[in-house]
Amino acid sequence: MRADVYAVDAALRLEGPLLFLRRTIRCGLNEAVEIEDDAGRIRLGRIAALDHDTVTVEVLESTSGLALSDTRVRFLGEPLKFAVGPDMLGRVFDGVGRVIDGGPPVSAARTLRIDGQAINPAARDVPREFIETGVSTIDLMNSLVRGQKLPIFSGSGLPHDQLAIQIAQQARLLDADQGEFAIVFVAIGVSYDTAERFRTAMEGSGALEHTVLFLNLASDSSTQRLLSPRYALTAAEYLAFVEGKHVLVLMTDMTNYCEALREVSASHGEVPSRKGFPGYLYSDLATLYERAGRIKTVPGSVTQLPILTMPSDDITHPIPDLTGYITEGQIVLDRELDRADIYPPVKVLPSLSRLMKDSTGEGYTHADHPALANQLYAAYARAVHMRVLASVVGREGLSEIDRLFLDFGARFEQELVHQPGARTLDESMEVGWRLLRMLPRAELYRLSDRQIAQHLAAAVDS
Amino acid sequence: MSVAEAKISWINGPVLRASTSDTFRINEAALVGRQQLLGEVIRIDTRELVIQVYEDTTGLRPGDPVLGTGSALSVKLGPGLLGNIFDGLLRPLSGEGQYVEPGAKQTRAAQTYAFHPTVKPGDRLTQGAVFGAVNRPDARAQRCLLPPDCAGEVISVAQPGDYAEDYPVCVLRGRGDQVREVAMSHRWPVRTPRPVAQRIPVEGPLFTGQRVLDTMFPLGCGGRAAMPGGFGTGKTILQETLAKWCDAEVIVYVGCGERGNEMAGVLHEFPQLDDPHTGRPLMERTVIIANTSNMPVAAREASIYTAVTVGEYFRDQGMRVALMADSTSRWAEALREVSGRLGELPGEAGYPAYLSSRQADFYERAAHVRTLDGHLGSLSIIGAVSPPSADFSEPVTTHTKRYVRCFWALDPARAQARFYPAVHPLQSYSQDLEVLREFWTQHGNPQWTEQRRRFLGLLEEQARLERMARIVGKDALPPRQQQVLLCAELINEAFLRQSAFSTIDRFCSPERQIAMMQTLVRFIDLSEAALAQQVDMAELATLPLLRRLRRMGEDIGDEQLDQFDALRRDMEAAFIQLAKRGVADAG
Repeated sequence: MRADVYAVDAALRLEGPLLFLRRTIRCGLNEAVEIEDDAGRIRLGRIAALDHDTVTVEVLESTSGLALSDTRVRFLGEPLKFAVGPDMLGRVFDGVGRVIDGGPPVSAARTLRIDGQAINPAARDVPREFIETGVSTIDLMNSLVRGQKLPIFSGSGLPHDQLAIQIAQQARLLDADQGEFAIVFVAIGVSYDTAERFRTAMEGSGALEHTVLFLNLASDSSTQRLLSPRYALTAAEYLAFVEGKHVLVLMTDMTNYCEALREVSASHGEVPSRKGFPGYLYSDLATLYERAGRIKTVPGSVTQLPILTMPSDDITHPIPDLTGYITEGQIVLDRELDRADIYPPVKVLPSLSRLMKDSTGEGYTHADHPALANQLYAAYARAVHMRVLASVVGREGLSEIDRLFLDFGARFEQELVHQPGARTLDESMEVGWRLLRMLPRAELYRLSDRQIAQHLAAAVDS
Repeated sequence: MSVAEAKISWINGPVLRASTSDTFRINEAALVGRQQLLGEVIRIDTRELVIQVYEDTTGLRPGDPVLGTGSALSVKLGPGLLGNIFDGLLRPLSGEGQYVEPGAKQTRAAQTYAFHPTVKPGDRLTQGAVFGAVNRPDARAQRCLLPPDCAGEVISVAQPGDYAEDYPVCVLRGRGDQVREVAMSHRWPVRTPRPVAQRIPVEGPLFTGQRVLDTMFPLGCGGRAAMPGGFGTGKTILQETLAKWCDAEVIVYVGCGERGNEMAGVLHEFPQLDDPHTGRPLMERTVIIANTSNMPVAAREASIYTAVTVGEYFRDQGMRVALMADSTSRWAEALREVSGRLGELPGEAGYPAYLSSRQADFYERAAHVRTLDGHLGSLSIIGAVSPPSADFSEPVTTHTKRYVRCFWALDPARAQARFYPAVHPLQSYSQDLEVLREFWTQHGNPQWTEQRRRFLGLLEEQARLERMARIVGKDALPPRQQQVLLCAELINEAFLRQSAFSTIDRFCSPERQIAMMQTLVRFIDLSEAALAQQVDMAELATLPLLRRLRRMGEDIGDEQLDQFDALRRDMEAAFIQLAKRGVADAG
């Protein structure tokens, strides 16, 4: 590391977050710089492009107040790094990894690149450990697995934060050695009260000492927003793959991240793709989401629970769309259910967990768990279809069996989706079987005869 | 020849410019910077090159050297490919560290393979001829090929035994008495299709064991198929299912810009599963090429070509090869990203104007061929497409449609009801039907074409009636239409739905597909007859037997085909009962 290499009076031009310098110093792409103005204030930057004569620096904070003269740029000679250590737990950082809780600095055990490195697919371990979250629509219908990235697709004003907090507090493994867990929470451009609410909730449940908080609030620089999840994930990777902990990363709100990326991309003058977002939005999001997982040779895991608010509740918007293509499923929240006071308002049909097949059933949860989830999905999909029909022709226009499905749909939302408190997986399954009992056995063809005999036959239709 | 050299003058992400006075060629591989990152020359100007780098360019500086390699970007094809996992440039990933490090050298473990010569000194070999066989205990038998640009008289050939793949096991005297040493492996430029003696028409199916594909929308061996679908519609599961159960002899599975955990899943699962056609572990016939979404984007562009080159190499050994590309949209996006960095004029949706010709080049490399050595071989390509917002009118999907013969559209509504495979029967098509009639006839169903058309006709009628039922109510439909709805629903539930996770139903043999199809045809016939006898449709719809029909895929395995006869007999009896009751009621 070449520590003190300065360029003084080399600035040529300032444009949005970009600072153009005369190339007086040999420096490499993506390396970090510190920009110091005449008042001595230091801003972080990154070398975004290089040619013979000029260096293009992306300033990661507001450029307000910078001038061409009297600006000193210090070249760090290496990419942005974050000093991490076991003492990070229980501490609060800003979006670029600086301690802001008034405590002493964190002693560094390692200094890691914030961009991380791509995990070798051959070194990855298959995520298989079922996490019980206490939420039926997740545990029973769309299981969460250690090492998975499962986003919550929400809308403004929906209780996604509450759900995320609940998952963070309740998550546990089924009758297994829990291992040491940790929570990394990163606020990306959210308001102060959202961040504070999370902190109090963690404090209230006594989990704060296992938690690391990274706060990039709505008032902070949007360029920094691009870094906050990277600092947080670097911390998570350290805790998981060096310290061997099971880390749950909550990221809220990824929409703000993508907006910031669009802003920065536009200031670079890049050719925009859909809705003005850069063409590399997919690759860029992948560099964050793909940092979840397990590695064969180390005990820890990184599980991600990113939260994003879909602009105008539109799931085809590029942000949820590209996220869905990268993550291993999604939990979709629905305004209509929320209005009907159903909590958590999980819209079951478009929700999905891709890793469920590897972590449920014989040897993982309950042998009949996958079939039950499958049958509930099929029946609820039929109920929703009937609802569309009934909205035009009325209930009377339906056949008797179709009317049963219509009722099933309503009870499914009221009794299974809606839940006042946490349920164990067994309790969730019991609700599922109970609901299926109201349907004619002959229609339940996703279940085998044995499953019907075992779980449905004895009981009386309720 | 001295090495061509250049100096970096401009860098932006994975693209850089370098100034030089030496000779570089388009598509020549280049080594960039002190770490010797692999790159490729993509544009040449007077004294300036544009190079795309296949690895992370962090730390590169203007003034850093760029070295030409003198040859096009190429990969080493040899006996070590089967059963292993590689990155987009065919560098091994297994045995490497926890992370993918930039600048990893292109080395493969110095392993030896058991070589058996099949030629003797004095033999005259043509280009691409087979000169030996390789047997590995952990992979299917392979042949050693002369490179397609090499021919001549054998001077010497090694004794049977274990040799490294680069060891010159055969020496040839070529044209002009030039002596050439040939090893078990050779290099081939990825962007150049390997030559063949002759392309021949598609013949027979690439049998997948999936009813909705084989019976409804079959793919010919050496054909091209695309499966577009929004996220969560089951593209990856279907690709994996095909990679597991289709009857190809070699599978090349390329995860292009997809999830790391999925690759880990494939690596974990394939060695444990057996090929239903040979009984050997599936991994023995599989090559995995992984460029996950967080690996360098330029290498994602190359990974598709790497995969198709590997596929052609096995095809040239006279094998039936299937290439699964998941997903070609990520490849198109990589093209777009590099194009954007070069400041090229964007075409539709920001994609470069040459997108469609690149796609055409790729799909055109699927073929049924006579190899240079006279064997029959085939390469079938199945590409997943990930259209943004599941909108099939976007450029990648529309262009793909022009180049494929099979189109398997995945339907979000089916996927949401956990109805898999979510192939939509009315949006999908296959152009290989004519050539496959023979196959079904041989397996005992000469009526396949008509029965298939009948199924599709019912499904189409169902879609029309569902629209109508929304207005008038289902109960108000006349019996004839209720019978159509019932039959169509049975076709969906009892035939098209197939669980990839059921050990019985994940693979369906041709005979079982025929038995199931004919059972359903029989039901349709009987229900039409019942309709004529004015049997009550509500009674028909609640027959207990329907449950057995809907579950026959999961309940009756390939070894129990006689149970279909029993099912048909029971069905006939049930209909006779129904008719009797109908008459009694009427009386």
